[in-house]
Amino acid sequence: MPCKNCKEKPVIQLTNNPRKLCKTHFIRYFEKKALYTIKKFSLIAKNDKILIALSGGKDSTALLYLLNELSKNKKLFSIEAILIDEGIKGYRDKTKKDAIAFCKKESIKLYIFSYKQEFGLTLDAMLKHSNQQPCTLCGVFRRYLLNKYARKLGFNKLATGHNLDDEAQSILMNQFRRNNSASARLGPITGMLESKNFIKRIKPFYLLTEKETAAYSFLRGFSITFTECPYASQGYRWDVRIWLNTIESKYPGTKHSVIASFLETLPLLKAHYKASASLNSCITCKEPTSKNICQACILLKELKHV
Amino acid sequence: MPKMPKVFIEKINKTKHVKASTMQQLIASLKLNPEEVLTIRNNELVTLDTKLSEKDSIKILSVISGG
Repeated sequence: MPCKNCKEKPVIQLTNNPRKLCKTHFIRYFEKKALYTIKKFSLIAKNDKILIALSGGKDSTALLYLLNELSKNKKLFSIEAILIDEGIKGYRDKTKKDAIAFCKKESIKLYIFSYKQEFGLTLDAMLKHSNQQPCTLCGVFRRYLLNKYARKLGFNKLATGHNLDDEAQSILMNQFRRNNSASARLGPITGMLESKNFIKRIKPFYLLTEKETAAYSFLRGFSITFTECPYASQGYRWDVRIWLNTIESKYPGTKHSVIASFLETLPLLKAHYKASASLNSCITCKEPTSKNICQACILLKELKHV
Repeated sequence: MPKMPKVFIEKINKTKHVKASTMQQLIASLKLNPEEVLTIRNNELVTLDTKLSEKDSIKILSVISGG
């Protein structure tokens, strides 16, 4: 069966409907959907200074490409990129090389910060001294550095390449762990409370699947490595991802339904948890936290005591 | 009669010959979830119903990256 819109050979079958699309129409579909997401959830405003979290993988490279094209065409907002090098041998060193090459080719300013420089240890080294899951350490420290440097460098928004699969997994993980307050912080724009210390995170690929983002990156010919983080399979997210994809392949459209249902309840969740939420400054590092000491400082203290 | 095209699986960095007449059969015999892979034939992204021949060069890319 040819492309739904022309007679060309299809490259992809969309998961939430029976449409097949050729390269040209898939690229158009993908970009239109990202733009629709930006408009529908008011992710970008005039004069925004947006820092894009770049890993050198398929999602963030596609996001950087798209937002860079948009900012060049519309001249309504500006973008730069940031890469956090966790120190994962055989993985981040490869994607970092791709990220540097991409930014050079597209003339995009790229800031690079590392765990080694900031915390004195790479993630690989931290894991030798910690009983924490790799994704716990990695996620907390990465978010910490992204927020810290987005604010210090004068950006008012942080854009991430999170896609529909990432969000559906997070929603289910929070459900399974009875952690609705964490879900209240999810959505296309994260956070509940306004604070100059907390930089709002936006997710323009919120309505696009992981497979669609991978296909877009492949078809656009980005020079990236399709590789998995060596620690990914050790995390809780991995099991939820495998389970969700198994359900999706049997019942297509499941992941879209998880997101659609969640978006219906998100305003209620935010309203419910906003009343009891608080945003303080960490007594150790002054970064924003809902407690007295931020999670990054708690983990760093643990690492020093092991 | 099923063909035996050459398949490169990037995730494990291995090349195999797999008996399959379509991309769907190939993915099923490798026990992969189509949600988690891109199927490339002769350097072009193709859909699962694509028929395969002995001379095809197939590449399977994982769409999963981070944790």
